[in-house]
Amino acid sequence: MPKIVDARGRSCPEPVIMTKNALESNPDEPIQVLVDSQVAVENITRFATGKGYTVDREKDGEEYILNIRK
Amino acid sequence: MDGKRKMFISGGIIGLIATILMKFGNPGNMGFCIACFYRDIAGALGLHRAPVVQYIRPEIIGFIFGAFIIAIAKGDFKPRGGSSPFIRFFLGFFLVIGALMFLGCPLRMILRLANGDLNALTGLIGYLVGIFVGIQFLKKGYTLGRSTEQAKISGYITPAIALVLLIFLLVKPAFIFFSTEGPGSMAAPIALSLIAGIIVGIVLQRSRICTAGGFRDAMLIRDYHFLWGILGIFLVNLIANLVLNFQSFNLGFVGQPIAHNSHLWNFLGMVLAGICSVLLGGCPVRQTILASEGDTDAGITILGVIVGAAFAHNFGLASSGEGPTTNGKIAVIIGLIVVLTTAYSIVKQANQIRYEKKEGVNNA
Repeated sequence: MPKIVDARGRSCPEPVIMTKNALESNPDEPIQVLVDSQVAVENITRFATGKGYTVDREKDGEEYILNIRK
Repeated sequence: MDGKRKMFISGGIIGLIATILMKFGNPGNMGFCIACFYRDIAGALGLHRAPVVQYIRPEIIGFIFGAFIIAIAKGDFKPRGGSSPFIRFFLGFFLVIGALMFLGCPLRMILRLANGDLNALTGLIGYLVGIFVGIQFLKKGYTLGRSTEQAKISGYITPAIALVLLIFLLVKPAFIFFSTEGPGSMAAPIALSLIAGIIVGIVLQRSRICTAGGFRDAMLIRDYHFLWGILGIFLVNLIANLVLNFQSFNLGFVGQPIAHNSHLWNFLGMVLAGICSVLLGGCPVRQTILASEGDTDAGITILGVIVGAAFAHNFGLASSGEGPTTNGKIAVIIGLIVVLTTAYSIVKQANQIRYEKKEGVNNA
């Protein structure tokens, strides 16, 4: 079960910081980030892919689930 | 098209339109100034009575319409709120106190620099220092809390206010004030300003350009994506000014339009604006776009900006071409103390909660 980072409702740039902290504490473990805005999806995807991770996104109603792994 | 190029072009469109608005009558180096424009709107509504800065700026109305329409079309429109609105109000309030000390929002700071006003360089250094300070709080766990979904109608309030302002602008009822001299009287034609605002509102909404975000992300996560947008605004505005407004291009510190060269206070004013922008999650122009997308917290922030701008003139806090005022200096110092205390208190509480949670786990 991947670690879940719940960044829903957080204003910019908190979702990216939360993702960054989670990845830095366990660099090789996959994580799942929950967000609810398209901007957060774009920012986290740009950050994680820039660090060499792959990001899969699932849309769940108004929310997004980002699966991030090496 | 790759991200950087898209950002640069988006910024370039904003820079070019700013030059055109100045060419057609906007005040010097003020193609856009979010702080000044809200200040002018506050004056037009009679919230302050400084006769030289009263006008309902159509650019702001255009920003809101453009961002609102494109957000609905692209599925970004989402009524949300409830993330410390009262704190946001005061961050908006003090942000504009800082900006009116410097005489411009961060966007006008870039435009001033692109027209040769080197005082904006002092302002930029201050802004960067402010952003750096704000980032230290973010790193230590600063948060204004989650926003949640709000009643649908709340998302329509900001566009509705813009519509009412447009009606006031066109009908010109007796209770609305319009400057007959000074910066408030200098304006491009209404239709041009409105269309320019709509285009820029669309560009800002789609690109998510934010002057604070650009520098913040570069410092915080080494992400230069939004910085390309800021560079686009600066470079295209610079070139367009040299071509279209060459007679007003003036490299130096003195004789700059709607500016002063009190370096310390230009610096400190923008330190305050920088801290507030990071603590809010975006600069004034970004707050305007977010408010248009249904973010009611950004809407409250804008109200804080408008009220702050009104106080800035009622209490003699805003600078003029002659320089800063004593009251303004006191207000900037108070602003710095208030926002730093607020941020410190939030960080302390957040860490306390985290510590207690950890203790709870260890004791379980």
